[in-house]
Amino acid sequence: MAEGHGSGIDGTFDQVSALDVAVRGSATLDSETLFGNLEMEIPAGRWTSLLGHSGVGKTTILRLIAGLGTAARFEGEIIASDGMPVASRIAYMAQNDLLFPWASVRNNIIAGARLRGEPPDRERLDALLDRTGLTGHADRKPHQLSGGQRQRVALARTLMEDRPVILLDEPFASLDARTKAQMQDLALELLAGRTVLQVTHDPAEAARLGHKIYVMRRSGLHREAEPGSAPPRQVDDSECLRVQGRLHRFLLEAD
Amino acid sequence: MSARLPLLGILLFVGLWQAVVTLADLPRFILPGPLLVLEAMWTNKELIAEHALVTLAEVLIGIALGAALGCATAVHLAYSPASRRLVRPILVFSQAIPVFALAPILTLWLGYGLMSKVAMAVLIIYFPVTSSFFDGLMQTPRGFLDLADTMGADRRRQLLLVRIPSAMPSLATGLRLGAVYAPIGAVIGEWVGASRGLGYLMLLANGRAKIDLMFAALVVLGLMAVALYAAVDRMGQLMKHES
Repeated sequence: MAEGHGSGIDGTFDQVSALDVAVRGSATLDSETLFGNLEMEIPAGRWTSLLGHSGVGKTTILRLIAGLGTAARFEGEIIASDGMPVASRIAYMAQNDLLFPWASVRNNIIAGARLRGEPPDRERLDALLDRTGLTGHADRKPHQLSGGQRQRVALARTLMEDRPVILLDEPFASLDARTKAQMQDLALELLAGRTVLQVTHDPAEAARLGHKIYVMRRSGLHREAEPGSAPPRQVDDSECLRVQGRLHRFLLEAD
Repeated sequence: MSARLPLLGILLFVGLWQAVVTLADLPRFILPGPLLVLEAMWTNKELIAEHALVTLAEVLIGIALGAALGCATAVHLAYSPASRRLVRPILVFSQAIPVFALAPILTLWLGYGLMSKVAMAVLIIYFPVTSSFFDGLMQTPRGFLDLADTMGADRRRQLLLVRIPSAMPSLATGLRLGAVYAPIGAVIGEWVGASRGLGYLMLLANGRAKIDLMFAALVVLGLMAVALYAAVDRMGQLMKHES
């Protein structure tokens, strides 16, 4: 990892080291087009929401950026604004929290460092435990935690990685409404300054969180005008609700 | 309540045993009653303990060696695709061989002492441990591997810190399977040729028409097997992941 870029965990991530990411290209799945001529710009230091229903290829885009294997064949380019590869500079958080059931909360959070054979940054760990309200749970195992707590561990682990690009694959989809809103606020706060791409099938989530909102359908990628206020928007913010409604309608329309 | 039920079952079994012996008026050289067996156990306690310790040692050494070899094989196969292609068919084929049938050969090669019985126990535990653990290593949840990939883990650390811990429940299954049969293996080894051990004692007692002593040795062997299974099962519980 490059030395010297910001390691803050409280939205103090250094804007200078933030990266724009662009995805351009087409993907085919079993010789059928999954998406064609896609052009997606993910702006540096901003939260970009990618909305779409299941099977439309949004997780494929996320996995392509992460450098993970996909069933689809991709032809095109994924580039960062500094011209260097993107895949080695991402942190990834999925709907399934992917916590190791055999490891404590603490060891789950520092899993990345251990997997690279590096000494974990204990100060950062303590700060993250504190910010995610997990200090009292550090020695527990994942099965002793609630769904919301587990996602907070996953968020802390994602931030422990201190990468400029964060990929979120519907991480809050299985949470109840209240926990979900709390997690969204916490994530937005802690990930501020990093380049975030969040895949979601929830119009409300996209409308609440996105600095930039894309909707993906079979027919292609659509850019939706985001509400004027800064995220996280109030859940009853009238403009946010209007955008949410428009996004929802857009998803319901035939491809 | 639930803790007393098995005890009740044992009492019922012993009662039934005594009833059959009394009612059918069986001679003690065919089926001695439980009281006679208990008496034989008590009067021969030193003799039985001496032979039981030999069998226990054979089984424990066999399990330790067999499990270690099995784990090493499984990890190696999981790590190296080339060895996998080479060894996997042999592994599958070897499971079809009844290991018990190898006892005379092992005795021929390794002699009448401890080694041939240890070898039996090793062979018996090696295959279930290897195949269960290997299966577990090959079935790491995709998401864990993806996560490790994005974190920049090398293959060795991924194996050590993700795949192996993730496969522990499968290893526990293999150990449990093997632990059930390991004492049988050792005893069969002793039957084929030995001068010590519970299997040897049973044959000796049988030859001298000391059927009560034979049963006493059998009961001790049974208790040993149950204790062994319980210990391995307990260990397996610790290796299981709560989710």
